Amino acid sequence: MKELFKRYRVFLALLAVNVVVGLTLPEIGAKSFELTRNNLLEMISVIPPIFVLLGLLDVWVDRATMIRYTGKRSGLKGVLIAFLLGSAAAGPLYAAFPVAAVMLKKGSSLFNVFIFIGAWSTTKIPLLTFEAASLGLTFTLTRLMLSIIGIVLIAATADSLLTSGQQQEIYDLNRN
Amino acid sequence: MFTYVLYALAGGGLLVSFVKDRGKTKMALKKAWKSFENILPQFLAILIIIGLALSILSPETITMLMGTRSGVFGVLGAALIGSITLIPGFVAFPLAAALLKNGAGYMQIAAFVSTLMMVGVVTLPLEIKTFGKRATLIRNVAAFVFSLLAALVIGVVL
Repeated sequence: MKELFKRYRVFLALLAVNVVVGLTLPEIGAKSFELTRNNLLEMISVIPPIFVLLGLLDVWVDRATMIRYTGKRSGLKGVLIAFLLGSAAAGPLYAAFPVAAVMLKKGSSLFNVFIFIGAWSTTKIPLLTFEAASLGLTFTLTRLMLSIIGIVLIAATADSLLTSGQQQEIYDLNRN
Repeated sequence: MFTYVLYALAGGGLLVSFVKDRGKTKMALKKAWKSFENILPQFLAILIIIGLALSILSPETITMLMGTRSGVFGVLGAALIGSITLIPGFVAFPLAAALLKNGAGYMQIAAFVSTLMMVGVVTLPLEIKTFGKRATLIRNVAAFVFSLLAALVIGVVL
């Protein structure tokens, strides 16, 4: 019980802040509660299948397979798989981190995991169609082309700025 | 729409998994729940922060910030707003389209959209859990710099 309280203390403190804001500035308070509720509902509708797929991935794909397809020596194939996995996703970026954790645990290369995160963040297919509808095809395609270059550059930057010791620390974080 | 595809995939996957091996399927569901519960505290905290931030930083305020200022400061401001806020795509794109109509430039909009998707200040605690502090910092800074460059290119092209 105490453990549970400790884990959720930041959330509880923020909730208290929100209640105080709601009492002093009813308009902003009500609006923020509504936004929080809408976001919560959105999350509840999108997140379950992501975590179920994550669980299935964890149980059915063994380490050797993951290493073969997305590990250090998987080459261009590994990059493409990571990219497609990320692009086929739905849901906010923070849902990608637990999936990335499973990939790391199973031996994906850090570079490929960063590609996956990059693709999830910005080249998700459903989001692209929506972007094109709102902001036009030229804008979307230009941004998409730039993003693909950017995803690779960001992954390469992160990968090269981390020493092998630091990379090992990241793998250790996700050993569980 | 796409959410249904994910549900179908997850449902189908579970079914196949269940037929093949009940024990493993149970384990998969346990792991799914464990991963979810692992991020739940931060996740709920983030939701409240977003709610508070967006109720103070209304679309009108954002329009004012990005619509009236132009040039470098507008782009920087747009990039900062995009980095801090976390707005779902189906809200963000219509908002961006409205901003364009209200006088924001393509450069500012590109900076806003790009940082919104790639840089996550409020979700840093979640990212650090998986990637550690250093890698998280590097990724977000690199994504921020990239977003500015992309905005520049888009501003020139469009």
